Amino acid sequence: MTTVLEHPTSASPWLSHAAHIVAIRNEVPGVATYDLVFDDPQRAASYRFAPGQFNMLYMPGYGEAAISISSDPTERGFLSHTIRVAGNVTQAIARQQVGGHVALRGPFGSSWPVNESRGRDIVFACGGIGLAPLRPAIYEVMNHRADFGRVIVLYGARTPSGLLYTNEFDTWRAKDIEIEVTVDIGDPEWHGHVGVVPLLFYQHRLQAHRTTVMTCGPEIMMRFIVFEALARKIQPEDIFVSMERNMSCAMGFCGHCQIGPHFVCKDGPVFNYRQAEPFFNVEDM
Amino acid sequence: MPGVPAHIGAFHTIGVDQLQLLLNALQSRGYRTIAPRIMDGAIVYSEIAKIEQLPVGVIDRQDGGTYRLEKVPTSGYFDYVVGPQSLKGYLFPPRETLLKSVRKNGDWQFTVPPVEAPPLAVLGVRSCDLHALAIQDKVFLGGPYVDPGYQARRQNLFLVAVNCRRAAATCFCHSMNTGPAARQGFDLALTELSPDFLIEVGSPSGGELVAELQLAPATPRQVEEGRVISDLLVAELQGRAAKASNEVSAPAESPGASGTTPPIRERFLDTTNIHGLLLGNLEHPRWQETAERCLACSNCTMVCPTCFCAAVEDVSDLSGDNVRRERAWDSCFTAEHSTMNTGTVRKTTASRYRQWLTHKLATWHEQFGTSGCVGCGRCITWCPVGIDLTEEVVAIRDHDGAKARNEV
Ligand SMILES: Cc1cc2nc3c(=O)[nH]c(=O)nc-3n(C[C@H](O)[C@H](O)[C@H](O)COP(=O)(O)OP(=O)(O)OC[C@H]3O[C@@H](n4cnc5c(N)ncnc54)[C@H](O)[C@@H]3O)c2cc1C
Ligand code: SF4
Ligand code: SF4
Repeated sequence: MTTVLEHPTSASPWLSHAAHIVAIRNEVPGVATYDLVFDDPQRAASYRFAPGQFNMLYMPGYGEAAISISSDPTERGFLSHTIRVAGNVTQAIARQQVGGHVALRGPFGSSWPVNESRGRDIVFACGGIGLAPLRPAIYEVMNHRADFGRVIVLYGARTPSGLLYTNEFDTWRAKDIEIEVTVDIGDPEWHGHVGVVPLLFYQHRLQAHRTTVMTCGPEIMMRFIVFEALARKIQPEDIFVSMERNMSCAMGFCGHCQIGPHFVCKDGPVFNYRQAEPFFNVEDM
Repeated sequence: MPGVPAHIGAFHTIGVDQLQLLLNALQSRGYRTIAPRIMDGAIVYSEIAKIEQLPVGVIDRQDGGTYRLEKVPTSGYFDYVVGPQSLKGYLFPPRETLLKSVRKNGDWQFTVPPVEAPPLAVLGVRSCDLHALAIQDKVFLGGPYVDPGYQARRQNLFLVAVNCRRAAATCFCHSMNTGPAARQGFDLALTELSPDFLIEVGSPSGGELVAELQLAPATPRQVEEGRVISDLLVAELQGRAAKASNEVSAPAESPGASGTTPPIRERFLDTTNIHGLLLGNLEHPRWQETAERCLACSNCTMVCPTCFCAAVEDVSDLSGDNVRRERAWDSCFTAEHSTMNTGTVRKTTASRYRQWLTHKLATWHEQFGTSGCVGCGRCITWCPVGIDLTEEVVAIRDHDGAKARNEV
């Protein structure tokens, strides 16, 4: 005898929801931003996320990929994802055009402590595609600019042509966001900084007791950012890192994303450094 | 006619012939009945129709990397302990379809296939495995998300536990506080008194069955007899630590005595500050030493009743219009488990063994408020090279704070 328990499919957390692409912006070679709208208008209207959270984007036949949401959290018309082509899933997405489909589940994970940082100075320190998950936080700050003190974006890429969202920087600066950019390797037109992101800390005198650091990028870069921040007497509690691990479910079932006791999918991806510290510098953890 | 259901905690007695009636009653209620059976030289769970199909008079000899069944003159029905299988595969199947996608006119439609949850009754579940089930409940039902398949199958499960009368050398439930007596989480629990069984009611549906079968209430003497069986085994398991420390302090055996097999190590695990011990020794040389023996074959994770890692992948038909999203058991011993397009996080066997052991015995506590190990000993028995987690902990404890010259 087989009883089939009817589960309303909407209740299954494994269900992906169809969305279509309404705009594509090629950001830099290999990276594009996709504006998505759920096919189901009700889902589109009720979907909310916090800066730093991510979705599991699904391309049937290829699989799922964890991708941070990169749009303004108050934007109700669409959701943006800035995606670097890496392998199967991201390639399949890159083959899509406006009007094409991507399915998704989400939002998942922890968020940047933007609200908790009201009244404080913020340093956003990021490298490469690491600016994408911070972009909603930057928007959140700009939406309530008067509530924050100094806001500094320290951003680096390998080359000038690898810098994301450069066409928005003037708008950000107009909102009194200080932006400091560096590249590993310059080109003839480049007149900015050359070197790694942590070096940009030397450009600024920070008030340690009132500064929160939020960093996202390659782990090695984040280690140096943390090092520089701690050297400036910024407290571990005021430093936030975003971790990346293999993910197959985003719900704490698949076990892949563990770092020590933490599941990156549900306890992260944003971690307080105090929390992450015991495992952050252990090799092959 | 079924009378008033027996209350939870009540003890009755049940004869072998009545055990058959119990099986029949479960089947007539729509349960598929499974119980320990012998297949390919091991005790596994399998369909059972007749009580005589149980491995009567059989015991198991288990040790690091070895498993052997033996016929014994006594006629116990349940004197073997756990085999390679646990309940895990019945609730969290080795492969399962989570989502179906169908493409019609260029548009994808997504549906979650109906959950297959046939009512299942398991006869002969041990205390360690009941605890393992409670741990998997926390993983699949206790977090912010609930796994619908696991949930449906869990609701349709009927458990007839058995209190162990004997333990294998690999068992260390007593160290993990998970046995040998079943305390909760069952519908009915049997203790073999020979020839009859004591049967304890653990749930309302268990109580209904006891009433339906009109089982006689147990006498206080029989209840006492049952308690003594568990107490004796507890004492034996408790004695293992003392026995082992005597062996260590005894003079070493004369060298060169060929043909002498070393005594079988009877397992126990000192869990004192185990969380701090393991996480404080992430750079201990033992990880590398063990990695030199470990084949990274994943056997330990497959047989472990609490391991829950899974890989999820798409399987599509030739047209590409019909895609199933499937979940299959995975293991932290594979490279893929921690591979991202930027590289593999746990590149070495040492780092994977460390991940497994520290998760099982330490970080599981933060995640789920319990150890991830129930002391069933399966990972010891089924490791082809006999790596024994209880020995690993001893090795780290004996050299607490040692650091490898090269990192793991
Ligand atoms: C929380 C989080 C946020 C992320 N945000 C972004 C983002 O905003 N933009 C972006 O371009 N990328 C982001 N990534 C990385 C992105 O998930 C991977 O690049 C992507 O999974 C690669 O999938 P693929 O199938 O194209 O590559 P393949 O190499 O074919 O990957 C196969 C599978 O391996 C796993 N995998 C591979 N690489 C990664 C990885 N880096 N992280 C996690 N799982 C991986 C996935 O399960 C993937 O489906 C994020 C990762 C995480 C964990
Ligand atoms: S770690 Fe080993 S002894 Fe512990 S529950 Fe898993 S298989 Fe059993
Ligand atoms: S410990 Fe043993 S069973 Fe586990 S992966 Fe290593 S060799 Fe295989």
